[in-house]
Order: sequence, then structure tokens, then C-alpha cells
Amino acid sequence: MLLPTALYSRLAGAPGAAEPLPVERNPAAGAAPFLFTPRLVRFPRDHEFFEDGDVQRHLYLQDMLTQVSETPEKSMVPEFTCQVAGCCQVFAALEDYQHHYHMSHGNTCSLCSRAFPSGHLLDVHILEWHDSLFQILAQRQDMYQCLVEGCPEKFRTSQDRKDHMVRLHLYPADFRFDKPKTNRGPAMPAAADPPARALKDDSDAMEICSEPAAPPPCRRTYSHRIPSTVCFGQGAARGFKSTKKRNKHP
Amino acid sequence: MWSRRQGRLSTLACGVEELRCRRREREAALRKARREQQLVSKRLLREDAPEEAGGQSAAVLLGEAEVQQFLRLAQRGTDEKEREKALVSLRRGLQHPETQQTFIRLEGSMRTLVGLLTSNRALLQLEAARCLHELSHSEQSAVAEACLPATSYLLTYLSGHSSEFIELCLYTLGNLIVESEAVRKQLLPQGIVPALVACIQSPHVAVLEALGYALSQLLQSKEAPEKIIPENLGFGYFLAVFERSHWYLCGSCSQPTSAGSSLLDSSLLQHMLRLMQPGPKLNLGVAVEFAWCLHYIICSQVNNAMLLSHGALPTLAMLLLDMAGAAQRMDDAGLELLACPVFRCLSNLLTEVPVEAMGEQMELRDERIVAALFILLQFFLQKQPTLLSEGLWLLNNLTANSPTLCTSLLSLDLIEPLLQLLPLSNVISVLVLTVLCNIVEKGPAYCQRLWPGPLLSCLLNTLVLSDIEVVGQSLELLQLLFLYQPEAAQAFLQQSGLQALERHQEETQLRDRILALQQTAIHG
Repeated sequence: MLLPTALYSRLAGAPGAAEPLPVERNPAAGAAPFLFTPRLVRFPRDHEFFEDGDVQRHLYLQDMLTQVSETPEKSMVPEFTCQVAGCCQVFAALEDYQHHYHMSHGNTCSLCSRAFPSGHLLDVHILEWHDSLFQILAQRQDMYQCLVEGCPEKFRTSQDRKDHMVRLHLYPADFRFDKPKTNRGPAMPAAADPPARALKDDSDAMEICSEPAAPPPCRRTYSHRIPSTVCFGQGAARGFKSTKKRNKHP
Repeated sequence: MWSRRQGRLSTLACGVEELRCRRREREAALRKARREQQLVSKRLLREDAPEEAGGQSAAVLLGEAEVQQFLRLAQRGTDEKEREKALVSLRRGLQHPETQQTFIRLEGSMRTLVGLLTSNRALLQLEAARCLHELSHSEQSAVAEACLPATSYLLTYLSGHSSEFIELCLYTLGNLIVESEAVRKQLLPQGIVPALVACIQSPHVAVLEALGYALSQLLQSKEAPEKIIPENLGFGYFLAVFERSHWYLCGSCSQPTSAGSSLLDSSLLQHMLRLMQPGPKLNLGVAVEFAWCLHYIICSQVNNAMLLSHGALPTLAMLLLDMAGAAQRMDDAGLELLACPVFRCLSNLLTEVPVEAMGEQMELRDERIVAALFILLQFFLQKQPTLLSEGLWLLNNLTANSPTLCTSLLSLDLIEPLLQLLPLSNVISVLVLTVLCNIVEKGPAYCQRLWPGPLLSCLLNTLVLSDIEVVGQSLELLQLLFLYQPEAAQAFLQQSGLQALERHQEETQLRDRILALQQTAIHG
């Protein structure tokens, strides 16, 4: 198909169009036995007109999804240690470190060192665990909000909330990010050394626990420097924003 | 994903001819599936060739004892690296369908995997997520459904910040979404819609692409037009205002639906359109996914008025111009993947513009849009001829009620290029003839611009064909031409037009029109 050369410069030109020619219809136009009237055509999504395009789309998806399952290439770097106080995990790939940082240090409660998978859950935790005003209000009104984003329901107790999430939202009864507040102190396992702790944590994690404040003896045979190409977004531990003096946990 | 895709083509070991052959087979299988209304099926989503692409991802058949051992090691091993390696081995095994079966039959296996998924060891989490991803791919319903205990966590992690992990969760969810209506009936009450919507603000391209994919699968599902889209689109938002904290049950199914969250409320549509705006930030892979999402939404006709008020038409029109520019610059990798849904969105959305408002749409008064369309048509003529019919359908919808754009086709000298498309196929012939009818029916001022010209000889050629629709449309065009440009009738007679007409006299669907034309030609 040969296009006029001026077309390309027209594309790059200003918006607009020539004045339309005058429309002047003869009533005999399209009169029986003829049928034509200009009309816009709409195709529903399953129409056979769309077959070719849908097939092409699917071919593309097949290629794409086969790639998703392949092991991604990682940016390997000399091994280094996570610099967050108390964390000695070692990494040799930037992507791994970014994931670790976001999951273990990203949304951390500054008051009890628990880490959460999202800012939303951290906010809820701070509210329900560390806010004394919340406790007072909760005695009189429904304060425990449903954890499912978009659900406006609130409940009198965390148990009621759990029942709601199980019944209506089909959440598991042992959902790990909805444990009721206990009198446990900060996430510091008592005198357990890392290997045994790993055994307990994985099957019993209530949230992502950070390493204990007193670092277990790690042999620092790895470089301390974090490669400058590592960047991370938010991550500062947050606490309850209060002008009142915070209670120090024992 | 986009860059990974380009890379993949170079690592395949088989030759070009073999590739072409396999692609044709895949195409045939997909065509068949579509005709049986089975196109959105798990089985078709992944190519059936796990053995190629080198040994790195070779599926390994593991026995029950091995699966158990790897799980135990991953869960309770003392050395971090050992635990990770165990999970990697498990993952490789899970690429094999029999290992998958073994895994799900093993008591407590999913529970262990979920435990690892939610543990505090980042690398174990990632590997556990990859294992889950493998399982979600399975064609066996039992295997995919075995992943259901993990979905609440997958959704929770979507609000996190680890982009690689989120991407993986999204693709896993995308696979589960496609699995069955039963699975979707769990995912919807769990809040998959708001969780997906929250991801749209991510700055990571890979996350956005994965999100677009998962969302497009949700919107393409069988019950989306009647249930998912309407229950969540626009009106849901307004309902929330009136029915604050009430959850209502929907009709026959016992699952509650949310009145408070809107899948397709203002902000999601605005984000989608934002991600399709042309400019330096436009990512082709992302735009493709959201263009398909938009296509399904528009087809459902649930709230196209809202789309129009959000400026969907100008966005799509600008995108079309941008694509034509890219085609011109030969900066065209994957352009056909974007053109298809954009053509469809524009074309179907045009049908939703109220007649009174037609004149106000600026896009319909900007002739660059037809310039762009023709540049793209010429581009696809070589690269992807199947797109031509969809492009011409768009041209029909643009010109049907638009004297401005009909005039543009004349003033930009696009009639001859249009005629050059006639011989390509019957479907294309009918579309070209319809567009020409759109122009010609507007009256003598338009016909004069077509005369003298190649139009008549082209029509005489189409009359030689046997396809009834093509011939029928040619007759319509001839009637209009004779009416507004009488010299054309005379030339028609001189060029043995009557004989051309006689060929079809016996055809029931054409007979009356042929007679009428013969009369007009002879008697004027």
C-alpha cells in the first residue's frame, strides 16, 4: 500500500482538519431494494471477528508465562552482611537483599521490633497493641477493623473480627498476621540460639520477627560494605506517633 | 518481562523452520480452543515444552520420600544454604506433573510450604513462592486448588514493598484466577480486587505488567461481564455511600460481595489510562496489559459513560498517534500487541458516544487520527496482516457519521491506498467498500472528489468476484455513486458494466439490487 509522502508530515503536524465538505443527501439513497446506511459497528468480546487478535494475544501470553517460571538472573555481588542492627544475614545477590530488607526491616514496629509485610498491617498493629486510647475506646465501641482491604466492618473484639474474616472472607483460622495481643514482650526469644529458633519460628510465626537486639555471635568474615547500587525505599521503623511518653517495655 | 521476552528468542536451540512450524501448531490449537469457547484455560496458557531451553529448568520426577525429605530439610535444616537448596530442588521437581501430584497427596505439605512462605527468612520465602507458582500453573485442578490455603497470604503480600516478590505473587494469582470459577469464588471475598487495585501505584514496571496480566485474566473470566465488573464498577462506589457497612449477598451464590470497594471506580480507571498515556514513561509491556483490561471493560458495557468522562477517547487517540510515530521510526518491537486492543477499545468506545455528543469529540475532528491509522495499516500489512480488518473496522466507526473525517480521507489522498487493499480478502473488501460507502453517501460534494478516478475500475473488479457480501456492498456503492455522479453511470456502461452485473442476476440476495442498477444505468 503506497501512502502519499505528505501523510507522514501531517502526522507530525498540528491537530485539526480541513473544513468538511457540505453534506447533501438524496432521499433515494439507500432506498429499497438498497440497504446501506452508515452506522457504527460494535463487536462483543466473543465475536469471531476477534478470533485472530485473540489467538495472537494468547500466543504472546504463552511465551511470557513460560519465561516467568524460569529462574531469574540475579545480579551477583561479593557477599555482604545486612547492616541493620542485630541482623547478620548474608547475601550475594542484590535482589535477595532487597527482598530481605523489605520483608524483615521494611515495616517494623519501633516499639516491639516486630516486622510486618505491609504498612497497613503495621498501622493496625501499632493501633491495637500500643495505643492506650484505642484500648479505652474499644471498651465502648467497635474498634477492631477487618484486615481485608476495602472492607469497612469493625468489631468489638479481635475474636469477632477473626470470625468475620473466616466466615465472610474465607481467611484461614490461623492467619498469621492476626494474632491477638499477648503479654509477650518485644520479639526476643528467651536465650534461644539461632538454629533452634529457626525451628520454632517457621511453624509458629505470628509475624516476621526481626533478629534479637543482642546479636548472637556471628563470625564477621564478610565485607561490611553494602554495594552502592542497592537502593531501598521506605524502611525506617515507625512507631506510634504520640506526644505522650512511650512506655518502655521491660 | 518485556526484556526477558526478547532475550528468550535467542536461547532456543531449535531452528527457525521448526519454530515456525511449532508456532503454526500452537496457533491452530488456540483457534480451535477459541471456537469452543475454551480460550481462557489453564492448559493453553503455558506452552507444552518443558524439556527445551537447556537443563537449568528441566523437570525432575521426585518420589514421595524425596519430597518429604526436601520439605523437612527446608523447614528444619540448620544451615541456611542447605535449606534454600532443598527448596530449589523441590521447585525443580514440582515442574513435573507427577511430582505435583505426589506433593499434594502428602499430608501437611502445603501447610509446610505456607509456613515457609510466611517465615522470616527472605530467601526461603522467595523459593517457597516459586514452588507455589509452579503448582499454580498445573492443568490439574486438584493441584491448583491445593494452593488455596496460601491465597490470603499472597494477597497480603501484594501490599508490601518487595517488588520481585509481589511480581511472583501476582503471576501466581493470575494462574489461580484462570483456574476455575470455584477458585475465583474464594479469591473475590478474600479481597483480591482491592489488593490488585492497591498495586497500581507501584513504581515498578515489572509489578505493573504482572498486575495488568492478573487483572486482565480476572476481567476476561466467564462471569466477569455479568458479575465481577458490574458488582464492582462505579455503582458499587455509590452504593457504599448509602449502604455503609452492609455486605449484601449476591443472587444465587452464597458469597458476599463488597459494597465498599470498587474494582473499576474512578481511581482505578484513571490509573489505567495514566499507564497508557503516550510519552517517555510509556512502557509497552504495561500498556499492552492494561489495554486488554480496558477492552474487556468496554465490551462489558457496564459503565462506558464513566470511561468517556475520564477522557478515555483522547488517551486512546493520542496513543494511536504515538504508535504511528513509532512505526514510522521503525521503533516497533511488539507494536502489533498494543495495536490490537487499542483498535478494539477505540472502535467499541466510539459506539458508546451519544449521537448528540459526537460533534464535540475533538478526536473526531482531528485528521491526524486517520493519518495515523493508515500509517499503521501499511505497517501491519507486512508485519501482521490479521490486524488489517480490525483497523478497517475502526476506520468505519470513525467515518460513518463524520463528514470531517470523510473529507480528510479525500484531502489526504487516502482513497487510492484504500483501494489497494481490496484484493487482500473478502472480509477486507467488504470493510473497504463500507468505508467508501460512508464517504459517498454524504452527497455530491464528496462524489465529485472521487471522479474521475480508479474507483469505477476497482468496482468492476469486485463485481467479478463470487462472494455475495462483497458483490452486495459493491452494488450499494454503485447505487450511491450513480445517484450523485451521473457521469459514473455512463462510464459504467461503456466499460461493460452491465455484463458484469448479469453474472449475479440469479442470486436471490442480489437480484433486486441488480435490476435496479441496470435500470438506473440505462435510463439515468
